[in-house]
Amino acid sequence: MTDTRESPGSGLGAPLVVLEDVNKHFGDLHVLKDINLTVHEGEVVVVIGPSGSGKSTLCRTINRLESYESGRITIHGDELPSEGKALAKLRADVGMVFQSFNLFSHKTILENVTMGPIKVRKKKSAEAKARAMELLKRVGVDHQAEKYPAQLSGGQQQRVAIARSLAMDPTVMLFDEPTSALDPEMINEVLDVMTQLAKSGMTMIVVTHEMGFARKAADRVVFMSDGAIVEENTPEEFFTNPQSHRAKDFLGKILTH
Amino acid sequence: MLELIDQFNVFDAFWTTIKLTLWSALFSLLLGTVVAIMRLSPVGFLRWLGGSYVTLIRNTPLTLIIVFCSIGLWGQFGIEPASRDSPTFIVDLNFRLAVIGLSVYHAAFVCEALRSGVNTIPVGQAEASRSLGLTFGQGLRHVILPQAFRGAITPLGNTLIALTKNTTVAVAIGVAEAAYALRNMIEFRPDVMLLNFLLIAIGFVILTLPTGLATSWLASRLAVKR
Repeated sequence: MTDTRESPGSGLGAPLVVLEDVNKHFGDLHVLKDINLTVHEGEVVVVIGPSGSGKSTLCRTINRLESYESGRITIHGDELPSEGKALAKLRADVGMVFQSFNLFSHKTILENVTMGPIKVRKKKSAEAKARAMELLKRVGVDHQAEKYPAQLSGGQQQRVAIARSLAMDPTVMLFDEPTSALDPEMINEVLDVMTQLAKSGMTMIVVTHEMGFARKAADRVVFMSDGAIVEENTPEEFFTNPQSHRAKDFLGKILTH
Repeated sequence: MLELIDQFNVFDAFWTTIKLTLWSALFSLLLGTVVAIMRLSPVGFLRWLGGSYVTLIRNTPLTLIIVFCSIGLWGQFGIEPASRDSPTFIVDLNFRLAVIGLSVYHAAFVCEALRSGVNTIPVGQAEASRSLGLTFGQGLRHVILPQAFRGAITPLGNTLIALTKNTTVAVAIGVAEAAYALRNMIEFRPDVMLLNFLLIAIGFVILTLPTGLATSWLASRLAVKR
């Protein structure tokens, strides 16, 4: 990263992503209930919670892959546009890593990483390629650049997906359960890249079930249940001394194994 | 048999069939893609328009559309896609009107073939393109349509085969293609009736068989590996 932001823990930057009273329904199901969340520059926020608690939906509303009915979401103080070119422009600054990687199947690894910079940022092909190779090297898949996504392992594909997002020089990165579709032996190679990214000062919102990552890399843990933020705290406090009954219950179920 | 071919200009007739097929394939592919894009668009009115086009055209007999092109489009509305100064005015006119009718008709099937291709694409592909900041048009052009065409090769090939055979309907407005030759053969050489039919049938098999083989080959070669 060319970024020279302060490392986490050394004080918070300005508010970057702000959600105010965000509400969303899927039919009768109230999936997001009055969500208020502020993520500061350089901060790493890990969102955890049981399945169906709305954490993925929360992540997807931040770049409006999901719409919401009421409330406000701002990034750098600008409210999310609801559609069109303005929304596309905003999304270009918000990186997103999906559970199912979603690399473009008909494009090579290199083309996957250069598409955004060339088509959206209007960079020259040579410049985009050089930067892409640099990023692929950083995530350790540069020797696979000419292959197609289906020829790579899940872990490699996810690392490429991270490089693809980074190529856009995003101001914030969203991770929607990035390791949930991976075989166990590939989870760490992805988490390592994410940890390294967190250390470099990237602002990150990470929905995950990886408690080890939350402890190691998060500045703050947000616990969601039934569409609401129930508790938020430092990882240390949250894991050792959860306040709410639901958080205790959730941690009891996953940490006893 | 050679005598029949010679007497009724069977080669010329099939050449016209081939030209009808190629021009109509080109225009129906273009028009069908446009209609498919309308049906995929985020604009409700365009979706409705595309859907209505497919519903109306797909459920109308081709003969009706071709005859309408001649009697309605040209006869009633005076749309004349050929020059009166040309010595081949009538031939050009009927040929082009037939191309219009065939293109309009098969565009509906091309659209549906493409939509079936789009359905082979996981929704995450569009989400990834949107999350990178690609606009709807860019996502369509660089992510969705290239994969949709590859996924639609087999149904597009089927449409092309159907189109090749459906050019015979152009005989209804006097285009001198294969079915036109057959009509003359039936009229003037009823003594070799079976041979007449066989000859034209073989001609079509020769035209369509490679299409089928080529599409199967292309479909497996260009398949998007997931």
